[in-house]
Amino acid sequence: MMRRIVSLWFPNLPSERILRTKHIEGPFAVIARIKNADRLICLNATAQERGLRRGMGLADARSFCPQLQTELHNSQADQLFQDGLLRWARRYCPWVGKDGVDGLLLDITGSAHLLGGEVALLRDIRMRLARSKLTVCVGIGDTLGAAWALAHFGQGCADTGDTLSAIQRLPIACLRITTKEDTTLQRLGIKTVGQLAALPRATVGQRFGASVLMRLDQALGRQAESISPEANAPTYSTRLTLPEPIGLAKDVMAGVERLLYPLCKKLTDNMSGVRVLSLSCRRIDGGDQTVELRLARPLRDPTRILPLFERGVGEIDSGFGIDQLRLVAVQVEALPVEQTTQTTQGKSRHDDGLHDLITRLGNRIGLENIQRFLPADSHIPERSFIIAPVAWSEPTGAWGTWNPRPIRLFQPEYVAAATTVPPKRFKWRGMSFQIGRTTGPERIAPEWWFDDENWRHGVRDYWKVETREGHRLWMFYTPQNPSWFVHGMFA
Amino acid sequence: MRVRFSDVFPLKACRYHEVTGAGSYSFAAICCGVTSGKAIWFVEGWVPEVLNPHGLQTYCDPHRVLIGKCAGALDILAATEESLRSGSVSLVVAELTKPLSLIAGRRLQLAAEAGSSTGLMIVREGMGSNATQTRWSISPAYSPDDSTQMRWELNKNKTGTYGNWKVCWNDEAHRISVVSEPA
Repeated sequence: MMRRIVSLWFPNLPSERILRTKHIEGPFAVIARIKNADRLICLNATAQERGLRRGMGLADARSFCPQLQTELHNSQADQLFQDGLLRWARRYCPWVGKDGVDGLLLDITGSAHLLGGEVALLRDIRMRLARSKLTVCVGIGDTLGAAWALAHFGQGCADTGDTLSAIQRLPIACLRITTKEDTTLQRLGIKTVGQLAALPRATVGQRFGASVLMRLDQALGRQAESISPEANAPTYSTRLTLPEPIGLAKDVMAGVERLLYPLCKKLTDNMSGVRVLSLSCRRIDGGDQTVELRLARPLRDPTRILPLFERGVGEIDSGFGIDQLRLVAVQVEALPVEQTTQTTQGKSRHDDGLHDLITRLGNRIGLENIQRFLPADSHIPERSFIIAPVAWSEPTGAWGTWNPRPIRLFQPEYVAAATTVPPKRFKWRGMSFQIGRTTGPERIAPEWWFDDENWRHGVRDYWKVETREGHRLWMFYTPQNPSWFVHGMFA
Repeated sequence: MRVRFSDVFPLKACRYHEVTGAGSYSFAAICCGVTSGKAIWFVEGWVPEVLNPHGLQTYCDPHRVLIGKCAGALDILAATEESLRSGSVSLVVAELTKPLSLIAGRRLQLAAEAGSSTGLMIVREGMGSNATQTRWSISPAYSPDDSTQMRWELNKNKTGTYGNWKVCWNDEAHRISVVSEPA
């Protein structure tokens, strides 16, 4: 059976996507910043009637047409919209691929008759897209190249086995060759595909290399070209609809258990683990209750996830009853399968308990508020360690050997003294101290590449000061700006 | 009969204890050092003084200590109880800024028993609860030839008499040693 390919081209995708949701009268254009200038990249029909063209600068366009309404180009939203169209196009055939950012390719081989033949299929495509307010150019042919050429230049249908006669009058740009090749060919007087195909192959190959011949062969079916279909991204959500409303926490938990097993099965199949789960309970009076569970580690073990839901489910106000439960894995991370051995099993079970505790605590005080210390590469006491959330970090790095450091650090507190060695007597926090023994100084210079407010006083000479009253303080003197401060406490 | 130091320290497991005084942070760090397994340390998020891991290093491995920053006193108590009950950490330290009620203290005691873990509350002077197993008052002491000396007073003990000791940290043996028995 001959392959039949349909190429759909949406020339005004960016503007029509916006105009579908927003009613805008009069001229409208989508603009993007290209080479430091705002340019129109897509227009509606009214704007084109007023003489505006693609690629025009926004300032020029405004001077032609002051009432022009514009919107910024959002390529991400366009891509999502194209994904949506791709899913829609699967109604015609199972083999659909993307073509650039504004087109689709459908391999309708053997599926056209299901919709009453090619003509009826094309009519159906046009009718449905017109109803969705989308402009579409359709081309159909035996090869991808021919379908593309017909969609972008002239629209039409190349009959089976008769590709060349359908595209021979089209300009050579329809062969997807580069602009440079196109210009050169046109300068030589080769303007249509028919003219190019009539040339001896050897001369074309010598003059332009293999690429032009390859494109021509692809269009005429002498060289194969495939469509790469896109697989659907896996969706991790399950739903349970109940014939009678439920209200007891125990019943909701039973429902969650039922939802959790298929979800975790799917996660296992895709070697991923869930980080954030959201359970929404639809009440019969329409009020939705949502429980969010943020996990300390990616998980896919239903027996471990289920008890973590208990606290959240207990807080649900079920009202007159809940008749639908929906469980969605909001954030999914890769979690490869790991081999457990006799020696690692005990350790991992202990770690599991700790991670479950962190999850439970995290749902009360916030997962980012459970932190661990990590060593940092700096001599500045405040920057010699980092505080990182436990859920997103591993205990790595060596702590190194340092001169004795205080166990508590605080903002430097001023002490009135006028000596360059620690003063014999001083007052701090309303207490009087007499010095017993001092160790130091240890000079720490500021990191000049950081602009730190606290280090404006310049270098610091740190002293460990043991007072006769017992307190052991970490004090520093700033010789460039003579004054004394207490920075920490040893005990 | 006087209580012996070895009877009360290391702290009795499956119970919660209280500590006050200027040296309570190093006491908590020493407790982390003498227990094995992870420790979790709850503080109120607004407190400007921070724990310095390079200072903790003297007494225990900073990688073994997790920090929990709570919004308020109630959150600290709830988080402490939950951690004690889970039994996944061997020591739970909490810095309290409000007085501990008898009910709260009793709940902590039950949670520590259920999870077989040890709790240590750093409380302000006179803000403890009677439910505690022991209460310590720690103050650093000046000594001309030893810069780690501390005075450890045992002010409350559910299973024995009180006592006070002069102790110092033995860095080589990585343990606490008693300098003088109570006079």
